[in-house]
Amino acid sequence: MNFESFREKIAYQPLLLGVFALLASGALAWASNATGEAIAAAEAKDLRDSLAEVLPQGMADNDFLKDTVELAKDGKAVTIYRARKEGVVKAALFKVAQRGYAGDIQVLMAVDSDGKTLGVRVLKHSETPGLGDKIEVKKDPWVKSFDGKSLVDPTPDKWAVKKDGGIFDQFAGATITPRAVVKAVKGGMDFYTEHRKEILGGQS
Amino acid sequence: MSDNYGSIMKEGLWENNVVFAQLLAMCPTMAVTTSGTNGLGMGLATTAVLVVSNILVSMIRHTVSSQVRIPVFVVLIATLVTVVDMAMNAWMHDLYKVLGLFIALIVVNCAILGRAEAFAVKNGVVASAVDGLAMGLGFTGALTFIGLIREFLGSGTLFAQASNLLGPAFAFLEMKLPGYGGALLMILPPGGFAILGFLLAGKRVMENRLAEKAAATGEGAPLAA
Repeated sequence: MNFESFREKIAYQPLLLGVFALLASGALAWASNATGEAIAAAEAKDLRDSLAEVLPQGMADNDFLKDTVELAKDGKAVTIYRARKEGVVKAALFKVAQRGYAGDIQVLMAVDSDGKTLGVRVLKHSETPGLGDKIEVKKDPWVKSFDGKSLVDPTPDKWAVKKDGGIFDQFAGATITPRAVVKAVKGGMDFYTEHRKEILGGQS
Repeated sequence: MSDNYGSIMKEGLWENNVVFAQLLAMCPTMAVTTSGTNGLGMGLATTAVLVVSNILVSMIRHTVSSQVRIPVFVVLIATLVTVVDMAMNAWMHDLYKVLGLFIALIVVNCAILGRAEAFAVKNGVVASAVDGLAMGLGFTGALTFIGLIREFLGSGTLFAQASNLLGPAFAFLEMKLPGYGGALLMILPPGGFAILGFLLAGKRVMENRLAEKAAATGEGAPLAA
């Protein structure tokens, strides 16, 4: 029996599919193996870069990627990175998320040991381009208006956009987006205050 | 099918252009053409995958039976894209951060399976590679063109952030129209459909004019694709 006619037989079809599935799995396994380490390293570098962006220079002398605590927030585990200087926790960095106009807005924030925000950055969002995306620091310095705020100054009821009687600007044509970011940061501050002892590791 | 590389190139770049003639790959076309740079990046990544997938499909065309060719090609293309995705994430991480979203999108680009079906499975390896290149470059051109128009009307810039994609040497491409707020609609999906519609109409008018002219001079109309 020659190949041409065998190719049309029913037995050839599953064989062919099986061989290709095997080859594809092999190729994927090889690629995943070959790239895994480099991808992990690149992602750790990305995380370090974004953490360094909310943390003012000289605040930490430890590798805060390795100094973490896991705490539960609304039933989900949150990883908190602790920036230390000479062994003392100076700041906590963590991610919070809040539903915006279109999907979740992921916010990375740093809070110092006195409960003041050091920096806030939006990591990921799917807000309307040109309206809601002013929460990105690349497009607008708005997100820097959180720097140095705490739950004492302004008072909790002022943690809102101006339209709602708070102190934070909204954007023309987009209120839902900044409102969500303010809510996310406020939630992060509440979370920090609630778990201050655990985060700071016993120091007062 | 023709083994004439010149006509294969012409087919891919203009007459049978993926976007303007075959109307394939509309999903990435609408999704990424919010700026010229995005269009260019997506186009180049697609071109690379298209060339390799055409070569592989052409190589196995005698082994694969026609009954199960579609699943085999789908597995092949999906594997290829995943490997490219991982390799870029690992070794070209900065570029990956710009293109990352688009790479995974290439899997759902029907133009790739379309070329495997329409060309690579019937033609030799070299011709298939040329076809992949031509179709890919035609796609790149179309995406970049739509992207530039939408970017210019929508945000008043041209090739914004091109230096992220191509390296700092290409920063001269970046242009900005001062004092223009931009028409948001053009960046949003309706703008994409509107621009594509006008371009398609424009291409038809142009081709009709050319055909009329050719008919008038008695040379015979060029064969439409």
